[in-house]
Amino acid sequence: MNRNFLDFEHPIAELEAKIEELRHVGSDNALNLEEEILRLQAKMRNKMESIFRNLTPWQMTQLSRHPQRPYTLDYVGYLFTDYQELHGDRAFADDQAMIGGMGRFGGRPVMIIGQQKGRDTKEKVRRNFGMVRPEGYRKAQRLMELAARFSLPILTFIDTPGAYPGIGAEERGQSEAIARNLEVMSKLPVPIICTVIGEGGSGGALAIGVGDRVNMLQYSTYSVISPEGCASILWKDAKYAETAAQALGITSDRVMALGLIDEIIPEPAGGAHQNPEEAAANIGKILEKQLRDLTKLDNSSLLESRYKRLRSYGRFSE
Amino acid sequence: MSWFKKLMPARIRTEGKNKDRRRNVPEGLWGKCSECQAVLYRPELERNLNVCPKCNHHMPIRARRRLQLFLDESNQVELFANLSSVDPLKFKDSKKYRERINIAQKKTGETDALMVMTGLLKESPIVSCAFDFSFMGGSMGSVVGEKFARAGEYALEHKVPMICFSASGGARMQEGLLSLMQMAKTSAVLGRMAAKGIPFISVLTHPTTGGVTASFAMLGDINVAEPYALIGFAGQRVIEQTVREKLPEGFQRSEFLLEKGTVDMIIDRREMRDQIAALLSKLAGNTKAA
Repeated sequence: MNRNFLDFEHPIAELEAKIEELRHVGSDNALNLEEEILRLQAKMRNKMESIFRNLTPWQMTQLSRHPQRPYTLDYVGYLFTDYQELHGDRAFADDQAMIGGMGRFGGRPVMIIGQQKGRDTKEKVRRNFGMVRPEGYRKAQRLMELAARFSLPILTFIDTPGAYPGIGAEERGQSEAIARNLEVMSKLPVPIICTVIGEGGSGGALAIGVGDRVNMLQYSTYSVISPEGCASILWKDAKYAETAAQALGITSDRVMALGLIDEIIPEPAGGAHQNPEEAAANIGKILEKQLRDLTKLDNSSLLESRYKRLRSYGRFSE
Repeated sequence: MSWFKKLMPARIRTEGKNKDRRRNVPEGLWGKCSECQAVLYRPELERNLNVCPKCNHHMPIRARRRLQLFLDESNQVELFANLSSVDPLKFKDSKKYRERINIAQKKTGETDALMVMTGLLKESPIVSCAFDFSFMGGSMGSVVGEKFARAGEYALEHKVPMICFSASGGARMQEGLLSLMQMAKTSAVLGRMAAKGIPFISVLTHPTTGGVTASFAMLGDINVAEPYALIGFAGQRVIEQTVREKLPEGFQRSEFLLEKGTVDMIIDRREMRDQIAALLSKLAGNTKAA
């Protein structure tokens, strides 16, 4: 198997290498080998469990950015049938860091929107590393309004380091594009469910993150600023990213404790990339239940409870 | 640090530092324009609303003074002043968040970075709010978001227009994701106002960036900027590091935003009352009878 291992996964990598090695050794005394392989596999599972039970926020940050982590279109493949992608903001361009389209979820038509990262170098560039430009947010807005016109529920998948900080993006109104989405999403009369599947990078993530239910995959992160960015501002050095990751409370359990998400979706042992199909099935289960609950509400109670929810964000004293 | 200062307890040391900083701010009768360096007679500068009489440079103005000058003198009432920040993450960098709040409160004499005031603008009732950039860079945490949201709901309830003067570095990192969510909260309130035809005028002043620009500050029915204010989503250093080229002259300044179609108009601070009142009188002049 050709896999990228993160630093803290090395004990797992070593065991896996050993297993591979044994598999390639001749099949003379096949019985004995088989036993040894089983033993090592059990050991590897234990090791993985113990490592993943005590992940630090920084390790989770690395996992959320894992080069083999399933991206939006991977989940689209597992979760939806009859997916048809729709393109463009009708004003400037088609931003490929943001994908959108219609598909069927359990037979029912839905609108799917999400940031998309690239797998190989060429695709990474085409997808701009998942950093969306204004035209991407405006495409998302257009598709969400389209969904509302035809009463399609909206399912968004969040995975971005942040909105793209470039000259053109500023010229074309990056702030306005994000801000408008926040306002529009707060009042679209269809169910909106948002799921953070990888990196939930600040305003660029929130721009498709306002809804009736918000979920995070277990090892995803959601943050007001990247740990590196925070470290370079508050600690005056990006090297303190690990400390900042801890301080910012960006992991699913911390965000849950703040009351900002509804569900932490469990990931397969070792993270979603170890078994994308299982991760997708876990997401599917939650989405199905949430969609069922939300569909029961009429429009005005849907919007009223969404407003209440947004309005309740914050901790202060008075 | 000298050996003598090292011997002093930390608390005294920081107090000493504060004193130094205060001494750097000219408190005498004379000040200097930060742009053209002209030496200015302070009472005259203040009469001119902190705009340099020589080069028209708009210097920062504190939130309280901004609103006091913007509203008619009578009937000014500050709202929601009792809200104050807590420390939900127990956040600590080189200082504890609580400590930073205390320092900012002492320095500014205000409770947080946003002030809300109701009153009259040319005899018409409005609700207005202004950011205090000297309070932790005008950053938006739960209190700022909540005060803004309540101001919006006040506008909805009393059917009065809302004006916000922003000056902010963005979301307040020390409150983590709660700060980010203030963007959604404030935008949702504006969504309700838009649906009810309650005018919101956003006045962007120097500097407004990050999460504040990427939420309510760009959602004005009319977006106004003060001259030569820095307004943008990303900070200039971040953009330079990303694109690896020098940024064009005047990039992210009000005049640039006007040219690119992001703001409706640039208004000189000294004409702000007249111009906003004129805008509002038209917006409110033909409403579906309330």
